[in-house]
Amino acid sequence: MVNQTESKQDKVHKCYHCGNNCNDNISINGKIFCCKGCKSTYEILENKNLCEYYKLKKQPGIKPDIFSFNKFRFLENADVASKLYDFEDNNIATLTLYIPSIHCTSCIWLLENLNTLNPGVMLSRVNFPEKKLFVKINKNIITVKQLFELLYSVGYEPLAEKPEEDKTKPSRKKLYYKIGIAGFCFGNIMLLSFPEYLSGFGLDAEYKTVFGFLNILFAIPLLYCASDYFISAYKGIRNKFINIDVPIALGLLIVFSRSLYEIISGIGAGYFDSLSGLVFFLLIGKLLQIKTYDTLNFERNYKSYLPIAVSLVTTEGIKIVPLEQIKKGNRILVRNNEIVPADCILFKGNGNIDYSFVNGESLPVEKVLGEIIYAGGKQIGSSIELEVIRDISHSYLTQLWNDETFKKEEKNKFSDFADFIGKNFTIGVFIVVFLTAIYWFPINIDRGLNAIIAVLIIACPCAFALSIPFAFGNSMKIFGRNKFYIKNINVIERLAKINRIIFDKTGTITYSNKSDVSFVGRELTQEEKDTIKSLVKNSTHPYSRVINEYLHSVKLFSSEYYKEYLGKGIAGIINEKLVKIGSMEFVYNNLPNTENSSLVYFPELDLLRFKENNSTADKDAKLINKNSSRVYLSINTEIVGYFEIKNKYKTGLRKIISELKKKFRLSVLSGDTSAERDNLEEIFGQDAEILFNRAAQEKLDYIKNLQEKNYKCLMVGDGLNDAGALKQSNVGISVVDNINSFSPACDGIMESDTLNLLPSILDFAKANLTVLKISFSFSLFYNLIGMYFAVSGMLSPLVAAVLMPISSISVVLLAIFSTNFFAKKYKLL
Amino acid sequence: MLIFFSVIVAGGFLIAFIWSVKSGQFDDKYTPSVRMLFEDKSDEKLYKNTSNKEIKN
Repeated sequence: MVNQTESKQDKVHKCYHCGNNCNDNISINGKIFCCKGCKSTYEILENKNLCEYYKLKKQPGIKPDIFSFNKFRFLENADVASKLYDFEDNNIATLTLYIPSIHCTSCIWLLENLNTLNPGVMLSRVNFPEKKLFVKINKNIITVKQLFELLYSVGYEPLAEKPEEDKTKPSRKKLYYKIGIAGFCFGNIMLLSFPEYLSGFGLDAEYKTVFGFLNILFAIPLLYCASDYFISAYKGIRNKFINIDVPIALGLLIVFSRSLYEIISGIGAGYFDSLSGLVFFLLIGKLLQIKTYDTLNFERNYKSYLPIAVSLVTTEGIKIVPLEQIKKGNRILVRNNEIVPADCILFKGNGNIDYSFVNGESLPVEKVLGEIIYAGGKQIGSSIELEVIRDISHSYLTQLWNDETFKKEEKNKFSDFADFIGKNFTIGVFIVVFLTAIYWFPINIDRGLNAIIAVLIIACPCAFALSIPFAFGNSMKIFGRNKFYIKNINVIERLAKINRIIFDKTGTITYSNKSDVSFVGRELTQEEKDTIKSLVKNSTHPYSRVINEYLHSVKLFSSEYYKEYLGKGIAGIINEKLVKIGSMEFVYNNLPNTENSSLVYFPELDLLRFKENNSTADKDAKLINKNSSRVYLSINTEIVGYFEIKNKYKTGLRKIISELKKKFRLSVLSGDTSAERDNLEEIFGQDAEILFNRAAQEKLDYIKNLQEKNYKCLMVGDGLNDAGALKQSNVGISVVDNINSFSPACDGIMESDTLNLLPSILDFAKANLTVLKISFSFSLFYNLIGMYFAVSGMLSPLVAAVLMPISSISVVLLAIFSTNFFAKKYKLL
Repeated sequence: MLIFFSVIVAGGFLIAFIWSVKSGQFDDKYTPSVRMLFEDKSDEKLYKNTSNKEIKN
């Protein structure tokens, strides 16, 4: 009996190193790899007995790029290399490198075992949350360039720039000190307060003084711990502005002084227990307030985008110099896939510049000798020689960063709502004090005074102040789970107030690396498809990759001859056929119009026309079409047709735009030409404002304009051309394909697919405000109970000590549960 | 008296805490937890040697 369960398809193997699918047959030692790069990384590790790497996590590796060989050549320059050092002396140097591809346990293990791979590495320590590697090297054995090459060879390429000094680090450390001290004081004061609670009122006078004195001793550090609140309240009052820290600071001061007075004069036991608990919890809330994502950088500007060193053309040959040393008049060399560092004129070579990240034009632009090439563009093709015409700091790119919007202080107010509450709360409290005074003074001034002070002690929006960091902190975590990372919790409130959304086009609502491909021409046989695919498979050009994915092949042929003409096309002899694929001129070169062609070229009309009516054909195909890119194909002498490659809009875009349309006014700002206008109008509707050919500064001005009309703007973008707009808008979100790739300064980073959640995100942000209102009502409720005790003169330390933790904890729990509830409602959890 | 001593002990812990924050223990709270799971290289070699010896015997 024949076994029928065997399937006909080949099983797809996963690469032992990185886990990608293996198409080719690359293997060693019984393990299969997807490419030569993964295989050689495995070999390196195997030779040094480091295969533990594969045991800690399955397929932990990262597929290496095959792009450039001399990637780190610029590190040969001593100036450039020494800029990366934290410390150096004659023999030793230490550096901290940012390695974005660190992602698992195996990474940590391998990177800390680097000295096995090269004894010049004396010490290496990973900081996993920040994706940094601290390395100590012996300069005599290994150079910085070799270190980089070593890391690159095992898949952990570091960024060649000093990781930015974390600005929040010192404030976080200080906060840890304060929390530690506050916790210490809290614990000890509570311990010493127990006798007071449990003994009723019959405490021995001697013990009373001792405990009282100790209470004071432990309470004094609390003034240091709460210093942030005092400073913030003082600043607020000085600017004639009552923020939420004012009632808190006032409350703390009054409690402290009153307790001091009570203990010294022996009247009572003081309220230091409540005070210490309060300070401790408030500080924990503060810790949540400054929480941010350590691995992401929300502050990148053009400096991190430009290369760190440049090839200078001198009479003695090519020298690598640091970027800062490039001056007007220098001649520089820019190779394939390298970024032009300054505004230049093309001096030698064929310029084919990709400006997509800088101004949003999705197609590379051809440049001829003498034309200006702006900083930030990427050269695709052969190396070119350029003459610098403007200093780096005066280039077109950096002009944007001189706009005042970048000098303005952080949009960092804690919470508008909180400040609103703070102001009104303070006013409310003083009204109650006033009323209490009126009530009590005619009766008994002493009790009246006590009552007033009790009111000031117990009235505290503290529970509310606590609920904000917890509620927002929880929301931030929920956003993070959905791959939307905000800079800090202050962003949430600004998100909730948005009423206008502006989108960038290229890369944000279209895929920058995927395209819509269709073939226009006669029907291709499967064998022809295999032949074409075998040709383009070897090329790394983006169009080749797109066509490669588009064609499904049954079998692949090897190429007897293959040549890639950068910027023009590819030619090869595959399966005994001459196949050419590329630009029109390239493919038509030397090929006559024969009866075999389905496309006929009319030179006098500068037109291509299909010979017969073809259902997939254009009537009059224009030669240069800005809308799409055409990659022509010829097999032997026949011009078969062309591949049309178009912008591909992200899946789900229509759905989210139709939802967003209902609640917000939308705009699209693109640096590209208006070729896509019809498509965009169809998706966004007539109400949306769609503008093209917008440069970076114009995008910024557009947003400024809207803000003057009192719109609260959300900008969604991805490239440097959005940098100004992202900074100027109330909230700026950067959409990236990979969170480790470069994104300009913004308030939030979002993975490409998460864009589909944008309507839910905005609804959830609004819901957060509702949660705040609920938690404020609760805290008000507790305050009213407390006030009852205070006004009637019945407030005792015990009551305060009970009320305070109950209110804080319950309001915090409520905040967390409410945010989770709303997250489930909007399907974010 | 007892209270006095307990305060001193507690103070000692506080000082230890401040010292640890200063020396950077709290800068990275995650990696040490992973690091301790790795096997020591010298232990591995020792283990291999002893197991080899046992097999020989």
